[in-house]
Amino acid sequence: MAQNQEKRKTGLSQPRNIATLLSVIVPGSGQLYNRRILKGLIFLLVTISFLVATWDYLDIGIWGLFTLGTIPREHHSIQLLLQGLISLIVLFFGIIIYIYNIRDARKDAIAREEGRKKPTLLKGMLDFYDGGFPYFMIIPGLIMLVFIVVLPLLFMLALAFTDYNQYNAPPRNLLSWVGFNNFVDLVNIGVWKDTFFNVFTWTIVWTVVATSLQIVLGFFLAMLVNDKRIKFKRTIRTVLILPWAVPAFVSILIFSALFNPTFGAINRDILSQFEIMIPWLSDPFWAKIALIMIQTWLGFPFVFALFTGVLQSVPADMYEAADVDGGSRWQKLRHITLPHVLYATAPLLIMQYAGNFNNFNIIYLFNEGNPAVRGQNAGGTDILISWVYKLTFETNNYNMAAAITIIMGLLVMGFAFFQFRKTAAFKEEGRY
Amino acid sequence: MAMGRKTKSKIEVAFIYIFFLIMFVIIGYPLFWAIMMSINPGTNMLVTDLFPDNPTLEHYKWLFTDPNSNYLLWYKNSLFVAILNAVGSVVITSLIAYAFSRYKFIGRKYGLYMFLLLQMFPALMGMVALYILLNTIGLTDSLWGLLLIYLGGQIPFNAWLVKGYFDTIPKELDEAAKIDGAGHLRIFWTIMLPLAKPILAVVALFNFMAPFMDFLLPRIVLTSPENYTLALGLYNFINDQFSTNFTRFAAGAILIAIPIALVFLVLQRYLISGLTSGATKG
Repeated sequence: MAQNQEKRKTGLSQPRNIATLLSVIVPGSGQLYNRRILKGLIFLLVTISFLVATWDYLDIGIWGLFTLGTIPREHHSIQLLLQGLISLIVLFFGIIIYIYNIRDARKDAIAREEGRKKPTLLKGMLDFYDGGFPYFMIIPGLIMLVFIVVLPLLFMLALAFTDYNQYNAPPRNLLSWVGFNNFVDLVNIGVWKDTFFNVFTWTIVWTVVATSLQIVLGFFLAMLVNDKRIKFKRTIRTVLILPWAVPAFVSILIFSALFNPTFGAINRDILSQFEIMIPWLSDPFWAKIALIMIQTWLGFPFVFALFTGVLQSVPADMYEAADVDGGSRWQKLRHITLPHVLYATAPLLIMQYAGNFNNFNIIYLFNEGNPAVRGQNAGGTDILISWVYKLTFETNNYNMAAAITIIMGLLVMGFAFFQFRKTAAFKEEGRY
Repeated sequence: MAMGRKTKSKIEVAFIYIFFLIMFVIIGYPLFWAIMMSINPGTNMLVTDLFPDNPTLEHYKWLFTDPNSNYLLWYKNSLFVAILNAVGSVVITSLIAYAFSRYKFIGRKYGLYMFLLLQMFPALMGMVALYILLNTIGLTDSLWGLLLIYLGGQIPFNAWLVKGYFDTIPKELDEAAKIDGAGHLRIFWTIMLPLAKPILAVVALFNFMAPFMDFLLPRIVLTSPENYTLALGLYNFINDQFSTNFTRFAAGAILIAIPIALVFLVLQRYLISGLTSGATKG
């Protein structure tokens, strides 16, 4: 008896540690040790079925992830890669359940040591329901998110480090891991280097110029409509929002026709009056100008509507106070309107930049990224994402497409970081 | 002095109206042009007129009656995907948003960051893998496969949006209900959902319209013309022979644009309030 007391103090044979250890070795056994029979059996069952159901799949998957297959024609590297990534995800969830099992066993053992009463079966199930409720709510969405959004992104991430292109494609060839070779090629090999540099620069210019223009125009119009002296506000607003209401792919294709040099109305009906012919589709410079104008047309209504909503919420007494103090129009704009409007809309404005950075639709629908440019494998108006699309679906340069995607991902994370900071900063600052 | 100020103000207002007028022309011209193109006879764009001498509805008739036209089928496909997408996304996102707005659980904070981050990655970035995945479960060239991608892809943005809106609903309401003995699901069903109707309407609307506007995902997923959605079908109309099919395209496009624009204009008030209240509270 005394010996028993002694042991209990030394640690390893303390019930909480025994329960923990048992659950580490065989999930569920700690719970059985705690006399939580049903729970223990459930854990045991889940463990066994998990292992039986997934063992082979995980085994091949992990092996495939490392080797990408060893026998050409028999092993399909891409499928192995995908299976490997799925295995990692399944394993991740398995480990979470495993850890939960260990913590649960320890928690129950501590409760028993402290002499708390074992909850009834019903109570135990209710607790489980209470504690697990948020997880039940997110599980359907989480599974979809993992397989439809996260897994494909991981897959792209992995492809960037392989040699998968049209000449080296399964099932005929095996792929292999090539480290950072693709990235090195991107900045070293002539064609890739030139193309990457040009496309990258234009993507940045495009994002900054087009988005800023649509924000400035939207803001300006919102200020004008908000002016007390203006009548017919509803009608004006409705018309100004029209470009947003029409599906973008329809308007872009209409513009594509409008700018068409042979039958488009812009050259034929309007500019011909001034005896001007502009090669909108065949000259990269003019195509870019056209794209920026079209995007401004497409994008300002959203910003306009957003600002209109926010402007109405600026307290009128602040302007009145400014009037009393003799504040100029510019001062009112700078110190009252802008802070208020930006506070409310900053995250959405950053999203606008991110949206244009990834604005595949307009680039592709307007002119498919063309005109072609000598000495590079992207068109003159291609931005990164439309280039990636072409590399993937037209020339099957999967590895390079993936490498560029990763670079884009890093840039996008820059936007996201900026957004986090912006949101957090404004939160701490309070309203003003 | 007072007079001078007044005239100055009048001139200013006049300039503002002129500016609006210019904007109206810039906004209206392309849309008006497309409408006029659609009533031009024949399919040769080179001989079209802004005001045709003999306007005709032949292109509209062709869309609905010609045996070569799949227009109605595409409309049906789009509606099918749109309705299921609207319903499904509301269910999935409201469940997630409820958990993130009202419960503390492991991974909550990182989950929110993940939503913010993932919504900036377009689906195109993972297209290769998505195609292979759809292929392995046999859902390529299927509207169900397309629907599945839409449903998964909308989660980050919409969950974040709805969560932000849920946050604005006072917690006292559900605490009071809890004291009255309401369970988790009951609070969700009888308190949160009715109060969040505006934002749920926005989510439903967004996801209803997405299949009508998106041509990229359908283009990658769908291969046979009888499975096309409207956007893809119309795009393919003019993709091959731009100049010869544009009048037909214009007719088909107008028939999508009008209902969508109308719904949009009616609901845009909710859209804006939902976006601002949801997004700033993220």
